[in-house]
Amino acid sequence: MIDADGSPRQPYSTYHQWYSNQDRNRLIAKSKEAEKIFRKTGITFAVYGHADSSEKLIPFDLIPRIISGREWRRLAQGIEQRVLALNAFLDDIYHKQEIIRAGRIPRGLIEKNDTFLPQMIGFRPPGGVYTHVVGTDIVRTGENQFYVLEDNARTPSGVSYMLENRETMMQMFPELFHQNRVRPVENYPYLLRQSLSSLAPAGCNGKPRVAVLTPGIYNSAFYEHAFLADMMGVELVQGSDLRVIDGKVKMRTTRGYEAIDVLYRRVDDNFLDPLTFRSDSALGIPGIMDVYRAGNVTIANAPGTGISDDKAIYSYMPEIIEFYTGRKPLLENVPTWRCSEPDSLKYVLEHLAELVVKEVHGSGGYGMLVGPTATKKERVVFAEKLKSRPGNYIAQPTLSLSTVPIMVKKGIAPRHVDLRPYVLVSDKVQIIPGGLTRVALKEGSLVVNSSQGGGTKDTWVLED
Amino acid sequence: MLGRTANGLYWMFRYIERTENSARLIDAGLRMSLTRSESAEDDWDGVLQSAGVRGLYDQVHEGLTSGDAIDFLLRDRANPSSVISCIEEGRNNARMVRTALTRETWEAINECWIEMKGILARRARTTDMPEIIDTIKRRTGLIRGAFHGTMLRNEIFNFSRIGTFIERADNTARILDVKYYVLLPAISAVGSSIDNVQWESILRSVSAHRSYGWVYDAELRPANIADFLIANGRMPRSLAYCYEKIVSNLAYLAREYGERHAAHETAERTLGFLRSQSIANIMDRGLHEYLEDFISQNNRLGQEISDGYRFYH
Repeated sequence: MIDADGSPRQPYSTYHQWYSNQDRNRLIAKSKEAEKIFRKTGITFAVYGHADSSEKLIPFDLIPRIISGREWRRLAQGIEQRVLALNAFLDDIYHKQEIIRAGRIPRGLIEKNDTFLPQMIGFRPPGGVYTHVVGTDIVRTGENQFYVLEDNARTPSGVSYMLENRETMMQMFPELFHQNRVRPVENYPYLLRQSLSSLAPAGCNGKPRVAVLTPGIYNSAFYEHAFLADMMGVELVQGSDLRVIDGKVKMRTTRGYEAIDVLYRRVDDNFLDPLTFRSDSALGIPGIMDVYRAGNVTIANAPGTGISDDKAIYSYMPEIIEFYTGRKPLLENVPTWRCSEPDSLKYVLEHLAELVVKEVHGSGGYGMLVGPTATKKERVVFAEKLKSRPGNYIAQPTLSLSTVPIMVKKGIAPRHVDLRPYVLVSDKVQIIPGGLTRVALKEGSLVVNSSQGGGTKDTWVLED
Repeated sequence: MLGRTANGLYWMFRYIERTENSARLIDAGLRMSLTRSESAEDDWDGVLQSAGVRGLYDQVHEGLTSGDAIDFLLRDRANPSSVISCIEEGRNNARMVRTALTRETWEAINECWIEMKGILARRARTTDMPEIIDTIKRRTGLIRGAFHGTMLRNEIFNFSRIGTFIERADNTARILDVKYYVLLPAISAVGSSIDNVQWESILRSVSAHRSYGWVYDAELRPANIADFLIANGRMPRSLAYCYEKIVSNLAYLAREYGERHAAHETAERTLGFLRSQSIANIMDRGLHEYLEDFISQNNRLGQEISDGYRFYH
């Protein structure tokens, strides 16, 4: 919020003035009030492997993260370029594979990857859209320096926090929204429904019937699934509610079986269809892949999109973007060492203390090593894992992430953040001006995942 | 609507209703034990029977004391009808059908659950009881208020209401059935003070000890009490009132769906019977038999609704 010379950064100037006039006790009280609002609304998540895992709150910090209109426009262009490239890549990978033939990506990297689904070869989803919803994880390292950390092209979560954080801020500090011209995010559910409906299968006549597919109330993101279904005004279903009948996906209603045209699924590929993928999945719908391939239901995001946001593919993103858009990437990729390559592995092992090493298929901040903060013993243990399965890991330098202020006991203090804007793809690309800002609450920490003690804050994009 | 959602709504409201009923039964029990201290055991025996958990209680406890009975009814998770079990079940169902509820209704039940978990975390002291009973009534009242004030009058509303009234009818019938013998003419001819306490307790269990006076004489008479709880269509916990509501909500569903099920016939037949029979007639033919019939018929109706509208878990 504050520049090196002590004056507030430009997008924060109005907010800073307001903040300076606030009574601290009032802000502390507001902070508690926010927690109460989240609890009564039931905005909770489950942490796997916790004894008292039933329901936890993600800590909410009430100082917004503010992005100027100018900064946002740059980001948005970069994101759009990336998302278009992702879809072009997926279409190519499941059809002509020109990028492989051009020698830009090794064939083995695609075809031996678990996230690559042979069932998708030769199939083109309605509108040619593979990734209906994308959440691009971005970090900032300097005034004009942004890096993309991950593309999240499968089933990005967290959008309910973007919406609820805004709702809570507006409830608690309405005056701030008079003083600052903050671009709205509230229409996201409406845009999502519109976007999903527009990609209904060709055979669907009349108003498309949309449903959100959840693994169920014990899933960590169940709140979000219910919230999105509610806000869109569509059914929330689980696998046991659905059945394939007469070549359609149908749900068991109080009137009998009724067809669904578009399924916004929040269930992983592996669990989607026990007849095609994991046969022990109780969350899926037997036979849905046949219906899908026959063009009688739209699945969003399409199965097999994992190949585009896989950590092993990530390091090729600059090539991928150039290959399909003919232009240099507008947003940078974090330099990445692929441990599968002997030279890189050697370098990584020699520089473990400076690097972040991640599992290629991991998510949620599990199974990673943050070199600079790890103990010597942790590094030694990790080095062994690395040597035994090098292909399973990539390594990146620790970036000097930008910080934003959060409220702490003694006032305000800087903490590292990332940003996940949400992108909807249909016949157009729509980027919601805002997103989820995750913040590492521990001093000096770089891990922002909610499962690892991260918090969130409202994200403002200013109208300017 | 998903059959699972309809089922979830139906049970959510049955459990919320049962939460309140359990609290009311405890309240009546407490009141009785204040009035006559020497036979507290008998009183709690009746209360546990009315809640349908007398046998279950014996599996958990050695003897019958008012402290254990209250704890069992209030916060024992081994008792599926305890206040804490009911509110947890109600809230779980609500969470599952979250998308069918308005934000206000969801928040009302979620907050009710949060507060109940807090106040029922430890065994309650007798001195805390009035406060606890009050909180339960207020919280469930808030759920009802949010529900009535904000929900669209559609099938969601109808399934919820049907759940409420099937549960309530069951509850009222049970209360009467456990105490039917104190309403029998042979025993109650004298109208001793013991009988008066019993009669008042019945009315108190359905929160009708004041309204009774507005409708009948100030004096408690068994036939009037039975009439009030069975046939009076203005009394919100009477069997007749419950069935009027069930019939009208089923009728909305029939209109919307364009089809009728066995449940429609059953509910209408029962309501017709409740309206046409005089209390004298019912008592002549046997109050206990009448209530037993009613309870099993009410269960059957629940099953017919579940079948007709394809409920599932």
